[in-house]
Amino acid sequence: MNNIRPLLSDFDRRLLDEFQRDFPLEPRPFARIAEELGTTESKVLDRLGYLKRYGALSRVGAVLRPNQVGASTLAALAVPPDELESVAALVSAYPEVNHNYERDHAYNLWFVLTASDRAGIDRVLEAIAERTGLQPLDLPMLDDFHIDLGFALQWA
Amino acid sequence: MGLKDAQTRRGVDATDVALLQSIEDGLPLVTDPYREIGRRLGLSEGEVMARLWLLQSSGIIKRFGVVVRHRELGYRANAMVVWDIRDEDVSESGARLGSQDCVTLCYRRPRRLPQWRYNLFTMIHGRDREAVLRHVDRLIEKLELHDAPHEVLFSRRRFKKRGARYSTEKAIAVITSSGRGS
Repeated sequence: MNNIRPLLSDFDRRLLDEFQRDFPLEPRPFARIAEELGTTESKVLDRLGYLKRYGALSRVGAVLRPNQVGASTLAALAVPPDELESVAALVSAYPEVNHNYERDHAYNLWFVLTASDRAGIDRVLEAIAERTGLQPLDLPMLDDFHIDLGFALQWA
Repeated sequence: MGLKDAQTRRGVDATDVALLQSIEDGLPLVTDPYREIGRRLGLSEGEVMARLWLLQSSGIIKRFGVVVRHRELGYRANAMVVWDIRDEDVSESGARLGSQDCVTLCYRRPRRLPQWRYNLFTMIHGRDREAVLRHVDRLIEKLELHDAPHEVLFSRRRFKKRGARYSTEKAIAVITSSGRGS
């Protein structure tokens, strides 16, 4: 995807920067934002729509805490380089896999698995081990230390 | 008020699930988004706002507001930086790393010896690889992590990334299927 940063106005930047948390919970939230930015509600709505269409804005919405219930894990495989694409395709084909990245490391394939319970995770890991002959690292989250205050954008 | 008591006892109820599902692509960009969501779900505007507030205060929603896309805003490099922190220090180091601006995820995970020694995982975004490495150097200085072995795993190819929609549905399906206890 292209970098749209050079196309953004100062107004766009403030919209993206200043409302990442504690979004107004009141009947006309965009009017409240317009008031803070010294503009109109319709301009705020127009620009948010524009930023969403061009990809800078994912959404105005919620970031959920991971793994409230259910099961997930981060897994990694050390794949011989000439087999990486075929093993990656095999892994990606499982509906339980929702991210799958190549990374610079001896463990070069990293993927996230989610299922309704731990047994569902184990089944997929065992199947992958059996089909690839490679033993996955199984690294479930134990603690979440991240305090999500939004992402401080640096425009300079 | 009854709603709050009920929610803190039960965790997430079916209406919360429907509400979270209805906003997984974000609030509708209209003048009265909470009324619009309520109209779809058969809830009053006030109940939509009250539930969103409670979901935030109970920590199920970590953050509510503008969610940006890093890559499209010029943060082209991302690295998973893994650290081997002594077990007795990992909570403190994790909390400090997890509150730094450049760190977008910070999880403790198990070691798998002898193959894998690292127990703390952070995700760091930067404009390019050099910027990510500068962030790492600064974190080491600031948090005095000189003695903690670490590795920087830059991403190369993305083979699969499910959109926000599907992963949220999945998370919600998981919440629903496991019942309402918390």
